[in-house]
Amino acid sequence: MSARADILERIASALRDHPAVEPVPRAYRSAGTLDRAALVEQLVDRLVDYKANVFVVAAADAPAQLATLLAGVSSYVVPHGLDEGLLAAVDGPVREVDSPERRLDVAGLDAVDAVVTGAAVAVSETGTIMLDGSDDQGRRIISLVPDRHICLLRASDIVQILPEAIARLDATRPQTWISGPSATSDIELERVEGVHGPRTLDVLILT
Amino acid sequence: MSGTFLGMPTLPVFGHGNLNATEPFPTAARSELANPQLRANLGHATHTIRDKRLRVVAELPDWEELRDAGSAIKENVMANLPALLEQFEANFTARGGVIHWARDAGEANAIVTDLIRATGETEVVKVKSMATQEIGLNEHLEEQGIAAFETDLAELIVQLDHDKPSHILVPAIHKNRSQVREIFLREMPVVDPELTDEPAKLAEAARKHLRAKFLSAKVAVSGANFGLADSGTLAVVESEGNGRMCLTLPETLITVMGIEKLLPSWADLEVFMQLLPRSSTGERMNPYTSVWTGVTPGDGPQNVHLVLLDNGRSAALADEMGRSALHCIRCSACMNVCPVYERTGGHAYGSTYPGPIGAILSPLLTGIKSEENNSLPYASSLCGACYDACPVKINIPEILVHLRAEDVDSKRSATKVPTQMDLMMKGASWAFSSGRNLGLLEKGLPLGKLAAGKKRKITKLPGIVAGWTQSRDIPAPPSQSFRQWWAKEHQEANHDGGTSTNPAATKGDA
Ligand code: SF4
Repeated sequence: MSARADILERIASALRDHPAVEPVPRAYRSAGTLDRAALVEQLVDRLVDYKANVFVVAAADAPAQLATLLAGVSSYVVPHGLDEGLLAAVDGPVREVDSPERRLDVAGLDAVDAVVTGAAVAVSETGTIMLDGSDDQGRRIISLVPDRHICLLRASDIVQILPEAIARLDATRPQTWISGPSATSDIELERVEGVHGPRTLDVLILT
Repeated sequence: MSGTFLGMPTLPVFGHGNLNATEPFPTAARSELANPQLRANLGHATHTIRDKRLRVVAELPDWEELRDAGSAIKENVMANLPALLEQFEANFTARGGVIHWARDAGEANAIVTDLIRATGETEVVKVKSMATQEIGLNEHLEEQGIAAFETDLAELIVQLDHDKPSHILVPAIHKNRSQVREIFLREMPVVDPELTDEPAKLAEAARKHLRAKFLSAKVAVSGANFGLADSGTLAVVESEGNGRMCLTLPETLITVMGIEKLLPSWADLEVFMQLLPRSSTGERMNPYTSVWTGVTPGDGPQNVHLVLLDNGRSAALADEMGRSALHCIRCSACMNVCPVYERTGGHAYGSTYPGPIGAILSPLLTGIKSEENNSLPYASSLCGACYDACPVKINIPEILVHLRAEDVDSKRSATKVPTQMDLMMKGASWAFSSGRNLGLLEKGLPLGKLAAGKKRKITKLPGIVAGWTQSRDIPAPPSQSFRQWWAKEHQEANHDGGTSTNPAATKGDA
């Protein structure tokens, strides 16, 4: 008998008492109550707590803010779907574009200083930003290898609680949920930000 | 659908691997308790995480509702496991992943080894996984000439020091910063000799040590926190980004997951991803969660495998009272509140799964009769703190009591010859049946003094009564019993020798 058949048989045998189960009670919250301004405020509070750098700017001021953030870097990468207009004011650093036609390899990504991506949705209560590989967010590798991640988030994409975000996401897309820069508490439980993932996380919330 | 059972009931098939206490819990605990550094670190760790957990749990107005949902979802998973496994398999396969089934640790190890061999590689990077630790994958790969590099900082520390993890969540909690520094200086091939013991500097050393490995790795091995049946999706929860590195950069990804880790639907993740981080690290959310479904063209590993592991889980499922132990999401909250764990640490439990959950899960997976695992259900004061803390409401104390009963039953049915207890009771009835017999025993008292030695303490009694001396020492017995003293005093008082009825005094010299 194959291992598959064997295991399924063992499980069926283990369940021969036909355990009765109740329907799942879903009395937990399924929607938030905060308005847009309060959502932004809560998200900022959480991200700052995680030691991310957060900037809340009007959409029209985003290019200038990005230019300021990228002023010191020598190169950065963007996914091909990121709105070009956002980068209009960035002058100086070399821009690499990762696209299906021209995929950067690991060494290439390791050589750039920063990555700029969009985001799919964010949860204010937990300070979590979700990337789902859409064209403005790119392949998972581009937001992982560079040491600095600059993430652009529209305020309209902020929800309060996790169930609201889950409802907006497609399970089968490759996702990365990000709650602050990489961190470890493995040595004497002292939290240290910045291990293998990007050590700096800048979040631009566009209102 | 294979959800309906038609055949002959099969006997439970138990699991193997790193699931056994190698010595009885009380013996192991004795040596761990003698390590003051371990106790101090553990005390600090468990209290810190416990306080953080309470704070973030109190923030959620619907925490109890989430626990109720989590518990019920897991109950549904167990009741429908065959159908959910088949659904998961169909979805994962449809998206380009390959599923392998492993009856036990040996089979899982062989499958993973073959998959690695097929790539031609002799090195793999690993992200912390309890399932692969349970099956002893690293040791197996080493025997096969394949080097497995742990990439989680704590696992790295433990691996470099050739040690074992002591806590599910903070596996190196028994090491302090200066010990970590020494390990790094000793074991890392390239390391700054000026390395200080600041955690930030130590983390940076680990980053440098592993970066080249990550960027060149061709094969990664991972575990999974959740598998979603309705989409064939897997999720891994982590902090450092080593998980993302392993799950994104290599060409081949091999994941090993216990069959109980399934959730019926994507939407169920909304419950568990609220329960897990808060219960585990006491954070509102862990820094990184990776979610993938089979293969995504152009993004991440293109050769994706999943090994579904039984290794005793079906046997645990067959235990109606114990099966809810399989609901565990490995958050470690039960450990952090456990008064026994806080003092003994994880090593005393022997198995990969320590603490209250380990005390039930290990014997359920291996069978109560396996090696020393029958001592684990006694490693608890039944205070109930674990049950209160558990995000999926596993009634650990109830299962502990159930397993104690199983243990007693298994011993009773296994022994045709009289047990030590039977013999002791027989002995007692002989001793107390006549003054003469008791007197004979009393003559042995000076021998007891001899056994106690200079410290005037007996720390170890033989056989079944050993249980008594495991948690306490007995002062040396006096050189004479009360009855002997009485007889002597009275003899001296009545010069004529009197009419003592004390058999010990009158005829005990035989
Ligand atoms: S038994 Fe409950 S509290 Fe303990 S690790 Fe498992 S899920 Fe967490």
